[in-house]
Amino acid sequence: MRLTRAVVQYSKFEISMGHLLKVDNLVTKFHTPEGIVHAVNGVSFHVDDGETLAVVGESACGKTVTMLSILGLIPIPPGEISSGSALYTNRDLLQLSEDEIESIRGREIAMIFQDSMTSLNPVLTIGRQMTESLIVHLGFSHEKAVERAIEMLTAVGIPDAKNRLSEYPHQFSGGMRQRVMIAMALSCAPSLVIADEPTTALDVTIQSQIVELVIRFQEELGMSLIWITHDLGVVAGVADRVIVMYSGIILEEAVVDELYEAPLHPYTNALLAALPRIDQETHEPLLSIPGAPPNLLIKPKYCPFAPRCKYVRDICRQSIPPLEMVDVNHQVACWVNIETGELR
Amino acid sequence: METTPDAIPLLIHDELETPPLSLWQLAWRRFKRHRMAIFGTICLLAICAYSLGGALFYSEAYANYTETGLRLNSPSAAHPFGTDTVGRDILARTIYGGQISLLIGVTAMLVMVIIGVLIGAVSGYFGGKIDSLLMRFTEAVLIVPQIFLLLVIAKFFSGTIPDITLLGRTFSGSVVVIVLIIGATSWPYLARIVRAEFLSLKENEFILAARSTGTPTNQIIFKHILPNCMAPIIVAATLGVANAITLEAYISFLGLGVKPPTATWGNMLDGAHNYIETAYWLWLFPGLLITLIVLSINFIGDGLRDALDPRSRSV
Repeated sequence: MRLTRAVVQYSKFEISMGHLLKVDNLVTKFHTPEGIVHAVNGVSFHVDDGETLAVVGESACGKTVTMLSILGLIPIPPGEISSGSALYTNRDLLQLSEDEIESIRGREIAMIFQDSMTSLNPVLTIGRQMTESLIVHLGFSHEKAVERAIEMLTAVGIPDAKNRLSEYPHQFSGGMRQRVMIAMALSCAPSLVIADEPTTALDVTIQSQIVELVIRFQEELGMSLIWITHDLGVVAGVADRVIVMYSGIILEEAVVDELYEAPLHPYTNALLAALPRIDQETHEPLLSIPGAPPNLLIKPKYCPFAPRCKYVRDICRQSIPPLEMVDVNHQVACWVNIETGELR
Repeated sequence: METTPDAIPLLIHDELETPPLSLWQLAWRRFKRHRMAIFGTICLLAICAYSLGGALFYSEAYANYTETGLRLNSPSAAHPFGTDTVGRDILARTIYGGQISLLIGVTAMLVMVIIGVLIGAVSGYFGGKIDSLLMRFTEAVLIVPQIFLLLVIAKFFSGTIPDITLLGRTFSGSVVVIVLIIGATSWPYLARIVRAEFLSLKENEFILAARSTGTPTNQIIFKHILPNCMAPIIVAATLGVANAITLEAYISFLGLGVKPPTATWGNMLDGAHNYIETAYWLWLFPGLLITLIVLSINFIGDGLRDALDPRSRSV
């Protein structure tokens, strides 16, 4: 089922020559009884119109916190966004009042969450949850919102959508719920969708269906997409550009093909080497990166990957390498050129 | 043998799946199993029918009519429940008194629920300083003995409110005072229950998801979190009705509650302790009704608690 034109025209695209979203030097901390957790340590990136940006990195590397900070969803306190800006269509999202950001959330920037099992309110019907943002953001009447909700549910592949609106989340399977979440996120036709590991809680066949679904919508609605994941396999099929995060810092940013063909950072290199391959011998052990990610309670003073890096030099233990442009489509934050083994 | 597609019977929708039960259908199923709760419901309905239906046979003027010549008559055909110290018919007074007692129970419960839910919800959702402030206030109300507070406020306000007319009945303004002070002194427990529920519910991912779609804060509190803690609120509210009826009886018994001639089961007991042996009918009938209604409401509360418990696995 294709979306009708009517769905598309709700979207308000602002024609800008620059980037749709430009995040600069974002720093997010959490004040905990154990000390300050340095979750995001100066992250800068941008997303262009209609582009898919993948953010990869292992658990607790600050991917989700970065996105939640941009949307003002970090609980303050204990959270604190101590510096940075997030320019979205010439407004700094980090400076907006609660009312202003509320009108952007869901309307212009929507989010799809990781765990569809817990992201739907168990005591409200699917219909109630789907129509709410339509009524709040687009000022729809109840009848019109219901009509639109049915249209969206049908579009994400839920049969008998009309009757299912009156059902509760526990009556849906995991994949169905994720479809509902996607329908909810897209119902206001946002210009940017942040998908936070939308496929992790699902089995492999459902995963690929969900990926296809999101990509199809992105193409039809022409929206931008930030896809957070730790699955490099998904990234290859989905993204235009990739950001590799580690310990709250961006280590490498490149166009997807470049990243896979010529990774410049030792961490990216190790990650790619750790991917299981279909042509691999069955008894061959899977590669892993020795060591563990650093403790986020300690503010990084030098390259956070240095303790686990096989190319480590003295300078790596002294200062954080800046994210430098190597090529038009490729930036890396590393003191060492891993091809030659020399310092950059 | 070859099976053709024609041989496969076509199933109609109902044969394919049973329609799912809603939350309330499930709760009703469990509630029905609770025998005492069913007994309580029947009993409560009977008492409601008694005080509402009885009004068709006796007028309120008759219930408040004093005839000193008939004082302290024992139950007879003319006065089945006997007469009181000023010769009023006790049967008629239990009927009209019941209306007031039920009215006080339900409205005081509403006052309690509104204050309790509001304070609990705001406190639990926002946390921090607001929470500390509201919870210290709640504790302050909680540590003052409720009966003492009730008596002082009742004494203070007695006689300052004029009579009011509602649904064709005129009754003493002290009813409103009693409702408000019972409501205003019994909310702290509910506020604490609601706060505790909010504290854990607000951390759920679906609340973050709701915020991410731009849902305004007041809608998150009242439309997303509150429905998740309806079960304990309903139970507390039910028990609150019983509590309010008892409290009203208590202050009226001490002569500080609803002013005669407006009858309540509580003020009918006022002075009855002087006649415990000589005129048993003075305290027996209103006392029995209070006991019955409080007992049945408590049974219903218990039944609801079991029926609405989401952790309950029974079907």
